[in-house]
Amino acid sequence: MKRLLCLAVAVLLASPALSLPTAAAPGAAVAKATPLPRDSVYQLAAPLTDQHGRKFDWRARRGSPQVVTMFYTSCQYICPLIVDSGKAIEKSLTPAERARVGLLLISMDPKRDTPAALMAVATKRKLDTARWTLARPAADDVRSIAGVLGIRYRELADGEFNHTSALVLLDANGRILARTEQIGSRPDPEFVAAVRRAAASKP
Amino acid sequence: MRPLAALLLVVLPVAGVLAAAADYAALPGGAFRTALKYEDQKGRVRIAPFELMRMPVTNAQFLAFVKANPQWRRDRVAGVFAEDRYLAHWRAPTTLVDDVQARQPVTQVSWFAASAYCESQGARLPTWTQWEYAAAADETRRDARKDPAWRERILSWYSRPSSKALPRAGLQTANVYGVQDLHGLVWEWTDDFSSLLVSSDNRNQGDADKSKFCGAGALSMDDRENYAVLMRVAMLSSLEADDTTTNLGFRCARSK
Repeated sequence: MKRLLCLAVAVLLASPALSLPTAAAPGAAVAKATPLPRDSVYQLAAPLTDQHGRKFDWRARRGSPQVVTMFYTSCQYICPLIVDSGKAIEKSLTPAERARVGLLLISMDPKRDTPAALMAVATKRKLDTARWTLARPAADDVRSIAGVLGIRYRELADGEFNHTSALVLLDANGRILARTEQIGSRPDPEFVAAVRRAAASKP
Repeated sequence: MRPLAALLLVVLPVAGVLAAAADYAALPGGAFRTALKYEDQKGRVRIAPFELMRMPVTNAQFLAFVKANPQWRRDRVAGVFAEDRYLAHWRAPTTLVDDVQARQPVTQVSWFAASAYCESQGARLPTWTQWEYAAAADETRRDARKDPAWRERILSWYSRPSSKALPRAGLQTANVYGVQDLHGLVWEWTDDFSSLLVSSDNRNQGDADKSKFCGAGALSMDDRENYAVLMRVAMLSSLEADDTTTNLGFRCARSK
């Protein structure tokens, strides 16, 4: 009886139709067999958990351009502006371009930014989770992720963070195409132009 | 023969552990007055007991790491982890220039490479506070920072041109904890170098640059006479994680 149960479980798990949904970005089906460029940020393994509690490595984003940044949910001042930046960039894209670019917001506060906390931000800010992903890394990976993105931060005594803010545009292979520290609802025009070019180019 | 082999099996691992332990000095930690001034952090910081390498990692040691972890060879390393000058001073990807270089502290290593080395040793880079605490000591005192003669001695190193050949690691007298070369040899990475957020112009403390940093303002110095620490902080705060320089090395730390 027990053996039969095990078998049933094994079959269920093996069935692709029943496996858990993966958090792959739109267009992620690109040939992943080709080696990563050496200057790709995806050279760094970064296991993440998104607002739905789904686990994925940011390498799963390979295949479509991404706008990546770091934030934390309890941040009062700059971080809401980071979301504004992402929205403003989206607004300046055509629907077709928009569908090809993913937005990935990585928390620098994995202790407190649970999937529920991330989801609360997505809901409150009315973010379309088909394109937006809010995710937390493992605590030990935060400084390395910040390192490849060129972001600096320090945790303060009260649990807030001191940090630099930047939006980083990655191509389909994780190479940094553009970067801006202009945060807010008026996006950096050069950065937006770079996002449009990335969205238009075929991987 | 058998008993000998058995004895060796018992003794060798112990010898290995002892050798590894000897590379590290034990530091007691405690309440420490950092020269850095943060708005959120008043008074002394608490440092847990930890262990710190007695000497900076040498080229020979780093070469052994590169041979065991070929993804860190200069011709194979991912560009996001180390810029072009990474280990450029070696003769070839797995060959040093000579025996002199072997005993010099390794430089031209990025934060990622230094972190990976320490991780391979079951250790990590020290935090800035751990480093500053260890480096506050001289040969006889745990905190020599108020002594003008000691400050002068440290500063004299900074005035030496960095084009001169590096001395080998371990020539200077150990400090009271048994740690050598924290001053007077190379600059050193810290694990949290990118938490040192110095405003681009410290004269505008707190206002002009506030929007650059989310939260409280950037750090400033509590101890303006301590130029040696100030220079270290300024240097580390200017670096990116893939940067390397000809006089920046590292050593590892671990929890007790």
